[in-house]
Amino acid sequence: MEIKEYLKPKSIEEAYEALLSNINNKIIGGGAWIKISLKKVDTLISLDDLKLNYIKEENDFFEIGSMTPLRDLEINKGLNDLAGGIISKAIGNIMGVSIRNIATIGGSVMGKFAFSDLLGVLMVLDAELIFYNSGVISVEDFINMPKIPKDILLSIRLKKQTAKGYFKKVATTHLDFSILNLAIVYNERFKIAIGSRPNIAVLAKRTEEYLNGFKKLDEANLDEVVKISLEEVKLGDNSRGSKEYRELLMKTYLKRGIREVIK
Amino acid sequence: MKIDLTINKQKRTFLVEPNEYLLDVLRRYDYHSVRRGCDNTSCGVCTVLLDGKPVPSCSVLAIRCENRDITTVEGIEKEAEKLAHYFGELGADQCGYCNPSMALTVYALKRENKNAGDEDIKSYLVGNLCRCTGYVAQHEAIKRYLGDES
Ligand SMILES: Cc1cc2nc3c(=O)[nH]c(=O)nc-3n(C[C@H](O)[C@H](O)[C@H](O)COP(=O)(O)OP(=O)(O)OC[C@H]3O[C@@H](n4cnc5c(N)ncnc54)[C@H](O)[C@@H]3O)c2cc1C
Ligand code: FES
Ligand code: FES
Repeated sequence: MEIKEYLKPKSIEEAYEALLSNINNKIIGGGAWIKISLKKVDTLISLDDLKLNYIKEENDFFEIGSMTPLRDLEINKGLNDLAGGIISKAIGNIMGVSIRNIATIGGSVMGKFAFSDLLGVLMVLDAELIFYNSGVISVEDFINMPKIPKDILLSIRLKKQTAKGYFKKVATTHLDFSILNLAIVYNERFKIAIGSRPNIAVLAKRTEEYLNGFKKLDEANLDEVVKISLEEVKLGDNSRGSKEYRELLMKTYLKRGIREVIK
Repeated sequence: MKIDLTINKQKRTFLVEPNEYLLDVLRRYDYHSVRRGCDNTSCGVCTVLLDGKPVPSCSVLAIRCENRDITTVEGIEKEAEKLAHYFGELGADQCGYCNPSMALTVYALKRENKNAGDEDIKSYLVGNLCRCTGYVAQHEAIKRYLGDES
């Protein structure tokens, strides 16, 4: 990678000004993705001195600084109690421990990766993103934005909730991207996200609505659930898997996940 | 530019470029036990401990390590020898290219989790590839090492 200048701002204002001052300036989170994707940058802006590496547990929410490495989230006791440890399950399946010690939650959100194992989980947990300039944006709205905002992500907020959770990543090996991933949270109501379709994660809203209409579910309802989800969630082909294969995966794991969370 | 860092408990000053990765700098300064494989965060042979935690040195900019602690396998000599003993006993070694990174990762696991079971070992070592052995003997050797409190 070609870097003209490496800047270590002492304040968020300074970092933000540097980001806006030149289209070729870039923030570095953990740098793992930048390493394999970025060829040239004028000023690489480090957030290392801005105290954004933390996990705070308040009465009714968690706040996670954007520079917190994924591994810290994975092994955090409080976060592990949230929705059956869904965060830990998703992160624990991303590559090896050493990359999870450097890759940050901020980089994982701002990369807006279609293969992401985390974005769907953040959506079903109703995560809020706190930006320096744009303020609070729900992760769902962020995903639906046509362009990644030129802004600094400061932290991610997760409401505490007593819910059951399910996460499934289907991949060829531990070191591969998902062919498909599913995140489900159930707390009286269902939240379901499907990711790596191969497009970016989406909420299966009609499926959720259908499920939320029942007091008690049986197998026939689950067949209908699968039908609705296949109608509403757009699946496709890429080198990791065909549309047909993804359909089979979604049918199988959606049923398994629902059965597991209502157990 | 100059950066100070502590490597294997010794303070040293290194001359680095802003775009240089830790792996390149360490090798330039003759820490050849730190190896290059994929150079893209996928194989784990470049692992060092940064403030005690395993990281892929091929993907950490050296400049970000200013005033931090780096450990290479030379910094855990005694533990690495113990692990090497079990590797030898079980024939868990072939070319040895992956050994320094394995030793550092297993050492970090031992410090993090005193009671690591089979699945803990497997999942902690997912990112450490070995092109030769097929992992079975290595896994057994690692189990013996983890159980060795000497
Ligand atoms: C080899 C490899 C395999 C991977 N496999 C998977 C996988 O299977 N599943 C999965 O979910 N993920 C996977 N990832 C992605 C990984 O988990 C991280 O999400 C990714 O590395 C980005 O995090 P980072 O901290 O390295 O970000 P960086 O590389 O530092 O940055 C990524 C982007 O985010 C921007 N950015 C970073 N922080 C901020 C901030 N605070 N504010 C504004 N912008 C910011 C950067 O400018 C850049 O555009 C993989 C990554 C690699 C390198
Ligand atoms: S050389 Fe760094 S992970 Fe392969
Ligand atoms: S022994 Fe050859 S790479 Fe592991």
